Amino acid sequence: MSERIEEFRMPSLGADMAAGRLVQWFKAPGDALRRGDIIAEVDTDKGAIDIEVFTDGTLAEILVHEGERVPVGTPLALIRSAAARESQEPPASPEGHPPAAEAGPAPRIQVSPAARRLASERGVDLSRIQGTGPGGAITMADVEGAAGGKREEDKSEDPAARMRRAIGAAMARSKREIPHYYLSTVIDLGPAVEWLAERNRGLAPAERLLLGVLQLKAVALALREFPDLNAWYEDGAAVPKPAINVGMAIALRGGGLVAPAILETDRRDLETLMRAMHDLVDRARRGALRSSELSEGTITVTSLGERGVDAVTGVIYPPQVALVGFGRVARRPWVVEDAVVPRPVVTASLAGDHRASDGHRGGLFLARVEQLLQEPGKL
Amino acid sequence: MSREEIRAVVLQCLGDVAPEADLDALQADRPLRDQLDIDSIDFLNFVIELDRSLHVAVPETDYAALATLDRCVDYLTPRVPP
Repeated sequence: MSERIEEFRMPSLGADMAAGRLVQWFKAPGDALRRGDIIAEVDTDKGAIDIEVFTDGTLAEILVHEGERVPVGTPLALIRSAAARESQEPPASPEGHPPAAEAGPAPRIQVSPAARRLASERGVDLSRIQGTGPGGAITMADVEGAAGGKREEDKSEDPAARMRRAIGAAMARSKREIPHYYLSTVIDLGPAVEWLAERNRGLAPAERLLLGVLQLKAVALALREFPDLNAWYEDGAAVPKPAINVGMAIALRGGGLVAPAILETDRRDLETLMRAMHDLVDRARRGALRSSELSEGTITVTSLGERGVDAVTGVIYPPQVALVGFGRVARRPWVVEDAVVPRPVVTASLAGDHRASDGHRGGLFLARVEQLLQEPGKL
Repeated sequence: MSREEIRAVVLQCLGDVAPEADLDALQADRPLRDQLDIDSIDFLNFVIELDRSLHVAVPETDYAALATLDRCVDYLTPRVPP
């Protein structure tokens, strides 16, 4: 197998990313690299992201230094690699083996997006702070303490405003370019809720499942039969993606939103999926997401029911071609075998891209999700 | 453990789950979810932390008893093992 030099470029972590600032290199020239290693931390409009390398080899040369902000696609480093592998492609997870999302903690500063924002506003160097939050994460209080209560003048744009602008740009593009259609259906969650209560009964809290996991798995399994909804629209065509990577919309406490994906969602059992969800939410809020989680989503699921919302009319996140929303689970009158009974129900909605599918397919997809949720033990 | 000690542990658990929250401003008789903007996964993490810290595994059927700080202390005080 011959060797070759490959460029490792600033990745695009979604339609709302135009550039990124190289915060820290975790590898030095001469270091060996393995597929899936975290090689650097990049600050984007959506927060700090761990960048993974997708080839085996050796770091030959660093081209962009810490602190520099460069556009997407800019070569960041040169990697001497085995020629047989394609560079910058996410690693496939072996059957039964959790993808990189659950690998050990990255050698980076753990800091929540809100604390990072405050540090930027106050001109505080995060590398000099010892975090006191969960897992040693730097909290806003830590930043406040390090800043000594003195506000320093900083003319750079507020990161919260940057994130809002990035989200706005992606959503404006979505509404401008994607011919959305919308469908919704009310789903009886009685079987799922009862199954979940029975399964969780007597289990330690750390072993319990949430209803959201069942919804996520039902969407992922349904997508196996609807590849036209698990696709990216690029270069004038919708191309189905081989892996089903469901993105979860996660609200950040300091404001803003990220939608990292659980890679190969359909291949995970419910327990593994629950652990992945815990892990993803935790790292999203600490600012420790990985590049593949932001760049490889093939559909997004957003659940706003806990905020009292009955139903979601979502905006598709390009280049994806569909978004599924779940509203509030509420007890409503429901007809079962000619009798009106109280049942927990939820409104599931689909925003679809007419360039990739139509309402007929979308309707069949939602019906399949509903069907899967009637047999939760098979998820 | 005294009620005050349990209250302190509950606040510590809430701080772990919602590190950005201003716990000094927490009103003890108002819903935690509304004040701290926590969702179901945060709430489950809170219950996990209570289990780890106080050795009380709150069943799902009793989650309503953890709605406010005051109710948490009322619920947990007789259940914390000596």
